[in-house]
Amino acid sequence: MRYPRARIWRRLPWTLIVFLMALWVPALGSRYDTFLGTQIAIDALFVVSLNLLLGTTGLVSFGHAAYFGIGAYACGVLMKTYGAPFILAFPAAGLAAAFFALIFGYFCVRLSQLYFAMLTLAFAQIVWAVCFKWNAVTGGDEGLPNIPYPNMDWLSSLPGLGDLSTADEFYLLTIALVALSLAALQHINRSPFGRMLTTIRDNPERAAFIGVNVRAYELAAFAVAGGFAGFAGALYGIFNRGAFADYVFWSKSAEVLIMAILGGINYFWGPPVGAFALVWLNQEITSYTQYWPFVLGVVLLVLLFAFPGGIVGGLVAGYERLRRWRWRHA
Amino acid sequence: MAASFLFSQFVGGLTTAMFLFLIASGLSLVFGVMRIVNFAHGTFYMLGAYLAWEAMRWFSPSAEAFWPAVLIAALGIAALGAVVERLLFRHLYGKEELYQLLFTYALVLILGDAAKFIWGTGQLSVARPPVLAASIHVLGADVPLYNLFIMLLGPAIALGGWLMLSRSGPGRMARAAAYDGEMLDALGADVGGIFTGMFVISSFLAGLSGALVTPIVSIVPGMDVEIIVQAFIVVVIGGLGSFWGTFWGSVIYGQVLSFGILIFPGFSLFSVFALMAAVLIVRPWGLFGRPLR
Repeated sequence: MRYPRARIWRRLPWTLIVFLMALWVPALGSRYDTFLGTQIAIDALFVVSLNLLLGTTGLVSFGHAAYFGIGAYACGVLMKTYGAPFILAFPAAGLAAAFFALIFGYFCVRLSQLYFAMLTLAFAQIVWAVCFKWNAVTGGDEGLPNIPYPNMDWLSSLPGLGDLSTADEFYLLTIALVALSLAALQHINRSPFGRMLTTIRDNPERAAFIGVNVRAYELAAFAVAGGFAGFAGALYGIFNRGAFADYVFWSKSAEVLIMAILGGINYFWGPPVGAFALVWLNQEITSYTQYWPFVLGVVLLVLLFAFPGGIVGGLVAGYERLRRWRWRHA
Repeated sequence: MAASFLFSQFVGGLTTAMFLFLIASGLSLVFGVMRIVNFAHGTFYMLGAYLAWEAMRWFSPSAEAFWPAVLIAALGIAALGAVVERLLFRHLYGKEELYQLLFTYALVLILGDAAKFIWGTGQLSVARPPVLAASIHVLGADVPLYNLFIMLLGPAIALGGWLMLSRSGPGRMARAAAYDGEMLDALGADVGGIFTGMFVISSFLAGLSGALVTPIVSIVPGMDVEIIVQAFIVVVIGGLGSFWGTFWGSVIYGQVLSFGILIFPGFSLFSVFALMAAVLIVRPWGLFGRPLR
């Protein structure tokens, strides 16, 4: 009896369920809840895109913020400087990020573990230096402020949605796009392509023996992950009212790694849980003290020493232990 | 361009290089022996600077107190390194690299904020020691004696580190531990002790360089994150784990930065990152390193 129940649990369309629940936030919560919700949704997409490399393929990228930033700048430049509509700028941001990920990734995937991490970091810092200094296009150290909101007047013409604020409209747009992206990423994870990535993670030599072009698969994963990070960055640039060089700095890449680890990289829904926990914790802590990095560091230490599987990994392990205990005492 | 201008540009680059080498040498040592990239190294450097400032206050008003303050800072950070390694870090040795990286990043966050809590966010500075306050005039360029001292200290540390690693008994043990720690352990050597020792020496170097940099740059929060990236580039260019590589990597970095400003103003940062990427693409093990097994 236990086996089919577990499968139903797994087969539930979680993306759809979470999306349908998140739809009610503007109606039931405060403006601040909507604000946090937007941030969580964007971070969730960013961290899941990273986890395609980290958890699925076993590649530790220390420069994933580069593609997030490229997406933010691409979307921002198109919408602000050239007045392009969001419907063009958003896909273009993803494509631009994927394109750069393809070029940088070509060099990165040829290196093994630690060198891979360092080269991704080096490329990210190159992107950062360019964003920081290329005043004509990126606004240099001042950034690219005031990226316009997408035009969503059509939404208020729908019955019952007339009184939505711009932030609410953008929230709805964000969760719709994030839900579609997460569904796509989950599909990729479960596809034969995703299975092959996991095979490569578990045993690259073996994968090469059975005739798999390991580098090509890793490169494809790198580009796809970069593209989705670009989508997240495009949304974030609009949400945060601008694209700034900070988005690309190495500490941003470290932050998203922490998010992934916090949630648990061995589960698809681990990293989004990590994003949720980190955003929530951040807003709780910063209302008491300015020493948020200190708290984050302590959380990270506890995580590394006590719960290396992250929140979801810890919960699953706890559940398994409970089940075994009940089985033994039945 | 006048020769004296080029020469002063060269000397400036060399000073930057030797400062960076002081910092990067510790990073390189820990990577070479323990195969760990220690992000907290920059934070140890920053704490060394703060500690030197604090020690100067104890001795005030004597500016000659600079030298004992430097020693106190270096020893204090070495002690901190010993505590961190003994209590926490050693439990992560068998774990994945990502966990070790994130551990050192957690130290960056915690210690960086602790420094902010203790010393605030303002800029602090330390006066140059009076003995080295003058400058000399060489080939039309003014070189402060203090910079000259750093330029001589760099090669001295490089030589000392090299002698220690290649000629002394403990150094040989350390290299053996880097090569095959498990085998060395099986032969009855105290590998844990060697790792602790290396971590302490590396922390000492971080504290020393942080204290020595105080007369040149002001002490501010965030100097740790900024310097660690630069130290990292130097180590990667020279070759991870190669001590002389780190030395020549610093020299190259200093000159690229110094002359890069002349060739593309504003893009000198870009040029050093590009150099790092180019080295990683062509020779991932660095210009002077050897491929890892």
